Amino acid sequence: MPDTAHEQPQQRQFYPYTENGGTILAIAGADFTVIAGDTRQSEGYSIQTRYAPKVFRLTERAVLAVNGFAADGNMFVKKVKQRLEWYRHAHAKEMPLRAIARLIQTMLYAQRFFPYYVNNILGGIEEDGSGAVYSFDPVGSYEREACRAAGAASSLVQPFLDNQIYFKNQTPAPGTPHPTYLPLPDVLAIVIDSFTSATERHIEVGDGLEMYVVLAKGRSIEELADVAGVQELTTRADGDRMFVIQRELKKD
Amino acid sequence: MFRNTYDSDNVVFSPQGRLHQVEYASEAVKQGSAVVGLRSKTHSILLALKRSLGELASYQQKMYRIDEHVGIAIAGLTSDARVLSNFMRQQAMSSRMVFNRPIPVNRLVSSIADKAQVNTQEYGRRPYGVGFLVVGQDKNGPHLYEFSPSGNSYEYYAMSIGARSQSAKTYLERHYESFADCNLEELICHGLHALRETLQQDKELTINNTSIGIVGPASAHEKDVPSAGNFRILEGETIQVYLDSMLPKGHQDPAPAAPAAPAEGGAAPPAGVAVADEDVQMAE
Amino acid sequence: MDHFPTNWGRPRNELHDQYNTYPIHQRPSQPKDVFGEGVQRTQQPIVTGTSVLAIKFKDGIMMAADNLASYGSLARFKDIQRLHPVGTSTIIGASGDMSDFQYLQHTLDELMVDEFTNGDGHELGPAEVHEYLSRVMYGRRSKLNPLWNSLLVGGLQDGKPFLAYVDLLGTTYSASSIATGYGSYIAIPILRAAVDNKENTLTEEDARKLLHECMRVLYYRDARSLDKYQIGIVTSAGVSVSDAIKLETNWDFAEGIRGYGAQTQ
Repeated sequence: MPDTAHEQPQQRQFYPYTENGGTILAIAGADFTVIAGDTRQSEGYSIQTRYAPKVFRLTERAVLAVNGFAADGNMFVKKVKQRLEWYRHAHAKEMPLRAIARLIQTMLYAQRFFPYYVNNILGGIEEDGSGAVYSFDPVGSYEREACRAAGAASSLVQPFLDNQIYFKNQTPAPGTPHPTYLPLPDVLAIVIDSFTSATERHIEVGDGLEMYVVLAKGRSIEELADVAGVQELTTRADGDRMFVIQRELKKD
Repeated sequence: MFRNTYDSDNVVFSPQGRLHQVEYASEAVKQGSAVVGLRSKTHSILLALKRSLGELASYQQKMYRIDEHVGIAIAGLTSDARVLSNFMRQQAMSSRMVFNRPIPVNRLVSSIADKAQVNTQEYGRRPYGVGFLVVGQDKNGPHLYEFSPSGNSYEYYAMSIGARSQSAKTYLERHYESFADCNLEELICHGLHALRETLQQDKELTINNTSIGIVGPASAHEKDVPSAGNFRILEGETIQVYLDSMLPKGHQDPAPAAPAAPAEGGAAPPAGVAVADEDVQMAE
Repeated sequence: MDHFPTNWGRPRNELHDQYNTYPIHQRPSQPKDVFGEGVQRTQQPIVTGTSVLAIKFKDGIMMAADNLASYGSLARFKDIQRLHPVGTSTIIGASGDMSDFQYLQHTLDELMVDEFTNGDGHELGPAEVHEYLSRVMYGRRSKLNPLWNSLLVGGLQDGKPFLAYVDLLGTTYSASSIATGYGSYIAIPILRAAVDNKENTLTEEDARKLLHECMRVLYYRDARSLDKYQIGIVTSAGVSVSDAIKLETNWDFAEGIRGYGAQTQ
């Protein structure tokens, strides 16, 4: 075998990225949104920690899930939060969801030639009271969707969502069309099933599940009443409300 | 108009060892409507009197939120205040970015005081024409500071700056010993009484001309305040309940606990009257 | 995959921006540093320290690192301290490049002096020190000029044990037992088995024994380790770094090993 090592000068280059595993997911309902992520952080085959949140509350009605290179993700969330704080100073109100989405696009694209190596999913309630999910690629391309999975097990979860949320490859019984939006309990069940299944089949997913639920103003919270381990994050009952639900996932 | 020698810039002392430009800047603070600040063991609050240019105009903004745990009230040039409050916000955000720590209130105040000092010493600059009362809380509890254009900052139990603030100070001096143990409602009531002292004879505090800024746990009349007791500004209808708690004018000493202090018969010179100054020449 | 999008599908030079679609004010203009070519940035560590181990226990946190600084496979310096107290409630431990670590020590010491001179009773705890280090490490990696370390930061934050990690990429995390380098493969399974869910009952004595055992296992397996190490402890009593502790080892079993090295029979 010819030795090619000396043919041209070699340089070891510092590589400024890594991948930290995990998966995130968001589903929008008619008047609610669920944004979820597992809490494992890993590098290679090592689990670094079993609890590193990937889902962050931005405002009273917006939640951002970040997945990919954890250092970039944490820094990005921190910068978004500071931009939102400046908006709050300037306008004495919180930035609306669709504006946050556009902000995230410009912030990501500003790093077009040294990107944040992360997939973002933004979820929450729009000004018109509808549930919304925005998904982004690492350099800022984005769209509003009904649901999106991203991260290590996205290739496992997204087809499942296509089937369960978009009813792909399902034929409705004659005269009973598929519903446009699913009710909250169904969505929560789909989210939990997505993560338990991803935990079974993907080594980088597991340990814990954190689900943020944002409910539009005036919506009943009855469906959350008997959910185990639910905790309210909002202080005011007369606006959009936000809850977090924590679940264990398998740790092997 | 006054015309002083040694007042055309701020790098030359007067023979009396004074910097006239800096003193004029302090006069600018006295042009602004009054603000009052008080502190108890649990709360620091600000109260401000807002002016309106006329029937058709809105009322000016007297209070700014700096961070979750800090707020200010201003007296003097609003445009200078915007520059300084923006700087304070940057400092606060930088502390959160670098250390993930809410900036200690005293350091925030020192940072603008240092900035103001530079303007009292370098040629070609002018001092800021605005004074602040700063309230905030950190691990040492609630705080109240005064910042002035001279580059000084002091911590207070209670303080007032702005037009006719001496009257408010007189009230505060008479009652400050009781503030430490006041609850929020009582503290606000004291603050309103102090603020009322700065009004002209025929004026009243209303929901339109009064702002209240608070750090510390929520009062019985407040809703939706996070348990951390973040800084918030109360204006409009929400302050009616506090205005209603005031005693009618002329009714002295609302707090029964406070012992009646002897009247200070003309001990302090009236605000705004300059003490005799050899440099002062009357022009025209 | 090439992760630098600057290299993705870049148009050939003669075709680049034929229609002036690139806004002028955004054209990448690299301010040229005349000596830029001559500046070297860290591409690899030189004098290195191996694993650092740390755990939470009921009264605080405990950290261990051996006293060796290697130059490649040469055991170059055998009396290097890799644990560094910061203020009155924090300790950091470093693996990786020792000169970068010394730079960080100086930076942190300066920071703590600045903090002290404020004289207002506000002190940086381990959480703030960790956040600061994360900003420094991430900032340097973003300039492609990293500080080549994996660092553990431990201490008492508001009376509660705090333990976190940050490395040359700016990656951070927090857990009740953390190890860097080889320790993350060899010591972590032992530490997790002993510490997880027992953070509030584990005594200082238990913790000391546990780390001692892990350091011994590491000395048996890690060729860049030393049988001399130090323990750092943060409790409500303050920060302390122990004198050097010697590991007792028994290599008798090596006599019986056949199949590699000099002895093939």
